[in-house]
Amino acid sequence: MVCEMETDQIEEMDVEVLPSMWPDDVGTEADKQFNVEKSAGDLDMLKEVDIAEKSAMADLKRLPELMNTTDQGTSQLTNLVKQWEYMQDHAVRLLREELQILTKQREEAEAKELKIIEEHNFESQEPENVPVLDETSDLFRRFRQKKRDKLVDSKKIEIDEEFDTIAYWKQKALSLGKMLEASTERERRLMEKLNESLKTMESHSAPVEELTQNLKRAEGFLHFILQNAPIVMGHQDKDLRYLFIYNKFPSLREQDILGKTDVEIFHGGGVKESQDFKREVLEKGKASKREITFETELFGSKTFLIYVEPVYNKAKETIGINYMGMEVTDQVRKREKMAKLREDNAVRKAMESELTKTIHITEETMRAKQMLATMSHEIRSPLSGVVGMAEILSTTKLDKEQRQLLNVMISSGDLVLQLINDILDLSKVESGVMKLEATKFRPREVVKHVLQTAAASLKKDLTLEGDITDAVPIEVVGDVLRIRQILTNLISNAIKFTHEGKVGIKLKVISEPSFACDNALNGDEEVQNGLTETSVWIRCDVYDSGIGIPGKLAVYLNALPCLFKKYMQASADHARKYGGTGLGLAICKQLVELMGGQLTVTSQVNVGSTFTFILPYKVATSDDHSDDQDEFSDMVDHQPEPDDTTEGYFQFKPLLGSIYSNGGPVIGNNFLPHKVMVTSPIKLINGFVAHPSDDIEQSETVQVENGGYTDESRLKNSSGHCLGSAHQYENGNGRCLSKESESCSSSQASSEGGTVEMESEFTVSSHREEEKAERDLKETSKPKILLVEDNKINIMVAKSMMKQLGYTIDIANNGVEAITAVERSSYDLVLMDVCMPVMDGLKATRLIRSYEESGNWDAAIEAGIDIKTMEDEQVCMRPTNRLPIIAMTANTLAESSEECFANGMDSFISKPVTLQKLKECLQQYLH
Amino acid sequence: MDALVAQLQMQFRDYTISLYQQGFLDDQFTELKKLQDDASPDFVAEVLSLFFEDCVKLIGNMARALDQKGTVDFNQVGASVHQLKGSSSSVGAKRVKGLCVSFKEFCEAKNYEGCVRCLQQVDIEYKTLQTKLQDMFNLEKQIIEAGGRVPQVDIN
Repeated sequence: MVCEMETDQIEEMDVEVLPSMWPDDVGTEADKQFNVEKSAGDLDMLKEVDIAEKSAMADLKRLPELMNTTDQGTSQLTNLVKQWEYMQDHAVRLLREELQILTKQREEAEAKELKIIEEHNFESQEPENVPVLDETSDLFRRFRQKKRDKLVDSKKIEIDEEFDTIAYWKQKALSLGKMLEASTERERRLMEKLNESLKTMESHSAPVEELTQNLKRAEGFLHFILQNAPIVMGHQDKDLRYLFIYNKFPSLREQDILGKTDVEIFHGGGVKESQDFKREVLEKGKASKREITFETELFGSKTFLIYVEPVYNKAKETIGINYMGMEVTDQVRKREKMAKLREDNAVRKAMESELTKTIHITEETMRAKQMLATMSHEIRSPLSGVVGMAEILSTTKLDKEQRQLLNVMISSGDLVLQLINDILDLSKVESGVMKLEATKFRPREVVKHVLQTAAASLKKDLTLEGDITDAVPIEVVGDVLRIRQILTNLISNAIKFTHEGKVGIKLKVISEPSFACDNALNGDEEVQNGLTETSVWIRCDVYDSGIGIPGKLAVYLNALPCLFKKYMQASADHARKYGGTGLGLAICKQLVELMGGQLTVTSQVNVGSTFTFILPYKVATSDDHSDDQDEFSDMVDHQPEPDDTTEGYFQFKPLLGSIYSNGGPVIGNNFLPHKVMVTSPIKLINGFVAHPSDDIEQSETVQVENGGYTDESRLKNSSGHCLGSAHQYENGNGRCLSKESESCSSSQASSEGGTVEMESEFTVSSHREEEKAERDLKETSKPKILLVEDNKINIMVAKSMMKQLGYTIDIANNGVEAITAVERSSYDLVLMDVCMPVMDGLKATRLIRSYEESGNWDAAIEAGIDIKTMEDEQVCMRPTNRLPIIAMTANTLAESSEECFANGMDSFISKPVTLQKLKECLQQYLH
Repeated sequence: MDALVAQLQMQFRDYTISLYQQGFLDDQFTELKKLQDDASPDFVAEVLSLFFEDCVKLIGNMARALDQKGTVDFNQVGASVHQLKGSSSSVGAKRVKGLCVSFKEFCEAKNYEGCVRCLQQVDIEYKTLQTKLQDMFNLEKQIIEAGGRVPQVDIN
């Protein structure tokens, strides 16, 4: 048991001791070098503690055990001895290790030093190549030498002093460390220096790079220019052979060009020119530029601006040229265009200013004409009053002298009236307002009536003849009023300037004159008129055996231009002697030309003059008589007079009697026709065609009647002649008679009749109508008058005037109301304003006329007017007569009378309406 | 009393003649006067008052039409001018009529400035005429009150 105990204890001891046997552990520690000394000290302390504890244990608890087991104590001792030995060994081992470490450190240091030296060597090799650092390298070498010496010294020291002590090694290591440090420092400095020098190197190389950059840019720029400039550049030698060419659009390769001349390479227009130009530059030695147009096959015409300059060698001899060409086709084209535009502009401007001038002048002229026309119109109304009054006066009992004076007064008044009418006509023609009418008429009748009329007023011993060839158609279409006006004018002219012999009218058909062919426009217009009748040209000669037209004027046929000028007479003497306005021929000429004809004159002094006018007429083929013609056709139809239509020759001779031998009443009739041209034909026809029923009366007043009807010529003081001459041709005119008797009893009324004619030159009324009107006024109930007018004030005034004249009137405010009114009740007269709202007077008139023709208001209904009354009634009530519609116009030019007539109006009153005008109008149309 | 009448008559005559001479009136006014008789003793005054009413209305119309700058209906203005021209012509308001003639031309030419100018002138002119005629009527009245007769004035 004890044994067991012992072993157990030993084992226990072992176990117990072992953990305290840490030097083993220490010995096994990897990091011996760090705690060498310390571990040794600790070991001692541990030993002591261990011992003390063990003794304490032994003393107190384990002493008996120890006593019991001495083996155990001996083994413990042995253990302790072993422990000590081990610790000794351990200490030795530690020291050795220390030594080893130190040695190692030294070796390392040495190796490092060597390495540094080597490094130094390596580093110094580079600078050696750079001359700049020569000195430094020397220094290095010397330094290295020193180092080596030092090393050797230190070795010696080591050898001398032996390296037993740690301190010594430590010091050694320290000094080595310092040296190392110093060398590192040097290394650093060297490195710095190196960097510095490197930097300076860099800065040295900068300008070169900049230049390179610039060069590159310049090159790029040049390249860009060459690439993109639309130019051709070349260099040619003395013989103009290409040495260099640059072309933006190369179609030829270099080998095709170099060494050749322009002419050899290209062909076509311009090549030669450019070659010549280059040669010229070469010869003159002066740079210049020129535009040359090349004709190329591919691109057509191309213009190049070529700049050529000579190239010299050092001896100042020309050795070739440089040239540069730029395509400027577009620019040239644009430039040319610009120039042309500028030119056009200038021309246009000039034209414009010219036009403006012309327009200005035309406007001025138009204004003047308008003014003249307006003035004339304004003058006419009061003048007609004056003449009218004078005429009324002439119907009263007067003594011879008074009558004479009165006649002069009337004739003067008539002259002024005639002048004004002339002016009006002229301005109408010139302003283009005058429109021609196309009516059927019989040339023979016209000639006859004109001659009759002229003869009626003839106070000279003249024979008036009319000669119409058979070829002249019985009826032709033309503006009979104008033709009559021309004829009357020419005849009265002829009579005026002829003191004896004869005056006549000759009519014959001619072939189309040359001027008409030239003036094809007229022909076209005629065709366009839609008239299917064939055209016939009639030449009309008005000849006389008068004083002729003196001077050079007569030499030329057409070149009597001033004769046809307004206000121009053959001479001032003539003007004084014969009077007249000087407008007559101008009007004739204008009228003839307006109708597409020509007026010429031939004349011989003291032998006579012949005025010839050639006019185209249409030949009426159909035999139905249109409404236009009723003034003639009615007459003819009722009283057929074969002679009248076919007779080709008339002669009228005046009966010369004493002017004043006839009684007052005869002269008193003079007032009647001033405005003959229109009114007279009918009267003449009336006169010519005898009314059997009137024969009885006729015998009583043969002498009286004619004055009223035939006093055509405005030569009032010749009334006596009138009487005589009229008596000759106009017997059988019963109407005159009755008129005469009437006029005695109611001079007032007849005087009004007279002025009616003065006022409205287009009216076709006859005295019969006037008489009838007068009678009607007395006998029948009051006539119904409709006033169509939109202006309240005008209505008020007109109404008042009507009241004073003894009429009452109905009012309509516009065309529509007018039509409604006309449709509801029948009127005897309509006074129609032209310019009205809703529907103007012209349209209303047209619609009323349409009703009269068709018997229904379809046209009006179509125009949107509400017609309510029964149709049957309308038809029954349909007036058999044409309802007289009188236009009221504000301005004769603007609202032309022609327009009024064209729309079916019968006459017109110019505004403002005066009592006088109204009176005249009513007298004329109410019957 | 007679002296007063004579003086008034003289004054009336001079005044009337001056109206003609200054171009305010023309013969148509004389026509108008002729229409005045015992049956319608105030005819002239009636017509004239109608005329001036017309003036006010038409000028108002024109001013309204012309006021719409940019889209002026010249036809409308022209229609009014035409009316006014007719009226003034009928009463013998010569200056107004004359202005209307040029006004109408401006209208046809669609000349806005011209139209406006004419409108202003017409406005002034008719008002002037109104005053003048009022004076004339006053004179007439005074003559009648004084027991005299309004004399027939011979313009020429």
